[in-house]
Amino acid sequence: MTAAKAVLRAWLPPVVAAAIMFGCWEALLAVLNPDGFVLPPPSTIVSALFGDFDAISTATGITGFIIVTGLIAGVVVGALAAVLVTAFRSAHETLTPLAVAVNAVPIIALAPIFNAWFGILSPRSNQAVVVVLVFFPVFINTTRGLGHIEPSQIELMESYGAGKWRIMREVRIPNAMPYFFTALKLATSLAVIAAIVAEYFGGRQDALGNIITNSAGLTRYDDAWAAVLAGSLVGIGLYAIAVVLERLVMPWYFAARRAQ
Amino acid sequence: MSNGFPTNGPEPPDGDRDCEAVVAAVEVAGVDKVFNPGRSNEVHALTGIDLRIAAGEFVTLIGPSGCGKSTLLRLIAALTDVSEGSVTVNGKPADRARLDRDYSMVFQRAGLFDWRNVSRNIELPLELMGWNAADRRQRSAEMLELVKLSEFARHHPAELSGGMQQRVAIARAMSFDPKLLLMDEPFGALDEMTREHMQNELLRIWNETQTTVIFVTHSISEAVFLSTRVVVMSPRPGRISAVIDTDLGERSEATRDHPEYFANVTAVRNALRGDHAS
Repeated sequence: MTAAKAVLRAWLPPVVAAAIMFGCWEALLAVLNPDGFVLPPPSTIVSALFGDFDAISTATGITGFIIVTGLIAGVVVGALAAVLVTAFRSAHETLTPLAVAVNAVPIIALAPIFNAWFGILSPRSNQAVVVVLVFFPVFINTTRGLGHIEPSQIELMESYGAGKWRIMREVRIPNAMPYFFTALKLATSLAVIAAIVAEYFGGRQDALGNIITNSAGLTRYDDAWAAVLAGSLVGIGLYAIAVVLERLVMPWYFAARRAQ
Repeated sequence: MSNGFPTNGPEPPDGDRDCEAVVAAVEVAGVDKVFNPGRSNEVHALTGIDLRIAAGEFVTLIGPSGCGKSTLLRLIAALTDVSEGSVTVNGKPADRARLDRDYSMVFQRAGLFDWRNVSRNIELPLELMGWNAADRRQRSAEMLELVKLSEFARHHPAELSGGMQQRVAIARAMSFDPKLLLMDEPFGALDEMTREHMQNELLRIWNETQTTVIFVTHSISEAVFLSTRVVVMSPRPGRISAVIDTDLGERSEATRDHPEYFANVTAVRNALRGDHAS
C-alpha cells in the first residue's frame, strides 16, 4: 500500500510532465507549422520509427554495441587507473596531471583522426572515442572517492597492522563506490553522445549517426528524429541499468541516507 | 629472578608473574618528535618525554591544544615515528607491537564503516587476524553484550546515536583482547550526560577486562574521575610538566561528589596553570 504510493509519488510527476510537454509540442505544431517540415510532431517521429523499424533497429544494434563495449572498456580502465594512482604515489604524480591535461582536449574532435588510424568504415574508431570520453569522469571521480577518507579510519586500519592493499579493499574501494556510480551514470549519456557524434565522421554506414546525417541531408527530418529517439532510448536504458546496479552493489549507502 | 634457567630458554612456569611485573606495558624513553625537520614549517612537537606505564594502569594525558598529547599516543601506537629516543610496548619496539596487535585504538570519531552493520564492524579486526566466521560472530555477540547493545547487532551504524556508535567502537577495539587500549579523546564529541554515562561504562569494562588504558582528554574532571594517574603536559615544545597520582579506588557516581575527587581536580588544575605562569 505505502510502497505502491511511494512508487506512484516518484513516477507520476515526471510522467505527467512529459505528457504535457509532448502534448504541447504536438498541439503547437498543429497550429503553427502544419506541414511539420523543420520540426515534426512527436506522432510523426514515432510513426517514422515504426515505418522504418528494420533499418533503425539494425542501426540501434550496431551503435548500441559500440556504446556498450566502449562504455564497459572506458569504465574498467578508468576505475583501474584510479586504483593504480591511489596505490602508488609516483603513479599519482605522473599520471594525474597528464590525465587532466588530456581531459582538456576536445576528444570528439579526434574522431576524424581516429578514423585515419582505424579505417574510415571501421566501428573501432567510434569505440575508441567512447572509451576515451568515458574514461575521464570515471577516473577523476573514483580517484577522489578512493582518497577522500576520514584519516582516523586509515589510522585504525594501520593500528590493526593492515597493509596498503587490505586498506584498499576494506576501506578505499567501498568508500569510492558512491563516487564511482555518480560517474557511471554520467558516463552512460556521454557514451551515447560520443558514439553517435563519432559516427557523423565515419564508421559503418548503417549505424544511427549515419542515418541521422543522411536523413537530414535528404531533408527527411522525421527519419533523423526517429534515429535520435532510438539513441535516447539506449541512453535511458543504460542509465536505468546503472541505477539498478547502484542499488544492488551498495544497499548500505541508501540505508545510511535513510537513517540520516 | 635468577632461578637457574638459561635466560634464552623456555619460561619457567612460576617465573611468569615475575616477568610481568618487570616488563612495563609502555616505556617511553628520551623521546623527541619533530615534524617536517629542516623545513620552514618545522614543528618541535615533543621533547624529553620519559614515561613508564605498568600493566593494568589507567593513565590520562591532559594538556592544552598543541601540547603533543595526541602525538605521544600516536608514537606509542607506532602510527608515526620518533625523531629521537625509543618507545617500547610490552617489551617490544612499538612497530613490532602494532604488527602483533598488542594494542587497540579508539578515536574521537567512532569511525565505523557504513558498508558494514554493527556486528560486522566489530568483526573487522578479527577478520584481519584470520578468525573463522563462527568464532567472529560469537565474539562479536559477546562484545555487544559487554557494551549493552545486543539488540543492535544487525543495525546500520548511521541508525545509532553518537554515544552508541562510540560504544560499538569500544567493542570493536576490545574484540581481540588487546593488552593495551589507546583512546584519543573518545568522548570529546558527546554531550555531558552521555559522556558521564560512557565514563562509567568504560570503568566497568576496564574493571572486567584488566586492560591497560592510555586516555587523551582536555577535560580535567574526566581525567581525574577515570585515571589512576594523570600526566599533565604543556606546549611549545610539548613536554610532561607534572604526573599526579589520582587513584580514587572503586569509583561510582558518588565519587563525583567526593572531597578527594575535588582535591585531585584542584591539583590537576594547578598543574595545568603552573605552565602558563612559567
